Amino acid sequence: MATIHPKLSDELSQTVVSSTKSVKIKIKRSNPNVNSEQKFDDFVVPIEKWTTVLDVLLDVKSHLDHSVGVRYSCRQASCGSCGMKINGKPGLACFTKISELDSDTVTVEPMDNYPVVRDLAVNMDRMINNHKKVMPYVIREDSEIDAESGIREFLQSPENVDKYIQFSSCIKCGLCNSACPTMAMDKTFVGPQALAQAYRYIADDRDKGKNKRLKVIDESHGIWRCHFAGSCSQVCPKGVDPAMGIQLLRGYLLGIRD
Amino acid sequence: MMVLRESIIMKIHYGTALGALFLTVIHIMMRLTQDFHESLEYENVIANYESVGYAILLELLLILISVHGFNGLRVILLEMNQGPTYEKLVTIGCLAGMAALIAYGSRTIIMTNMGML
Repeated sequence: MATIHPKLSDELSQTVVSSTKSVKIKIKRSNPNVNSEQKFDDFVVPIEKWTTVLDVLLDVKSHLDHSVGVRYSCRQASCGSCGMKINGKPGLACFTKISELDSDTVTVEPMDNYPVVRDLAVNMDRMINNHKKVMPYVIREDSEIDAESGIREFLQSPENVDKYIQFSSCIKCGLCNSACPTMAMDKTFVGPQALAQAYRYIADDRDKGKNKRLKVIDESHGIWRCHFAGSCSQVCPKGVDPAMGIQLLRGYLLGIRD
Repeated sequence: MMVLRESIIMKIHYGTALGALFLTVIHIMMRLTQDFHESLEYENVIANYESVGYAILLELLLILISVHGFNGLRVILLEMNQGPTYEKLVTIGCLAGMAALIAYGSRTIIMTNMGML
């Protein structure tokens, strides 16, 4: 007899059978490793008012079609794994309730501007590589480990923390890059996620790597290709405003900010 | 080939836009000193070119708009496609177009100013 994985049994027990409401979910299916075919599969799933899109997808996987490809982990908008296009708009599946979509049919597709791995899972190498390029860490010569006095701290005032704190909420879900119109056109554009992170560290007064980072983003497919559409900020599930970060970064490059 | 940093190019881009806007306002205000149909009459157009001050204004406007316009075109073309060869061709093509337009426009302004047309 086949054994049920503990996690799968957990998921089975979460399904509420008392529900009288249901939703039709249309899932875009494709597997570029096999062929170029793309299609939508429809499933009807019972829901409650607290049911999220991810709950519905896991219900489909548990009861209707085990082969649906979806990436997820924390289920609480912390890991940034379950980004997808929900009714045409990028969002986190675990952070989007069916009830707030106000629709009997929910369409889920993989995020735009990323190559599809399978179904709803996309390859995020481009975003991760651009994120690494802007050196997302505090750069300075000295260390918090002090030879004479042991460990010390790089002190920072609350006012200085306020300058960048919202940008440190980024969970690297990639929704901003998915919504960005320049990312769709320019395959070498650095993207709003990396630019917002560049600002996060440049604005941090403990950091001394400003010039290095500005050099990385000040090239022909860098910060200047942003059209300020603002869609990155619209879709961020953590309230980060990459569009504002990009404008503030431009201030450094134009010499109107120190 | 000397390569300017993108921030320098964009400073030039914004500067030329502001400069062109300012000069265009002066140009339009000068047109308001007479009726619209009069300002397009052959003699009046030639008279504008023959005034040294106005010829300098037109020459500056030509340079600012050419630089701004061709850089804008470069940016649009770079977004439409990527690749080192393509990007080099776009940059060289836009610089050549900019130089050609400035040269042809300057020729018109200078020759008219000197009474050769």
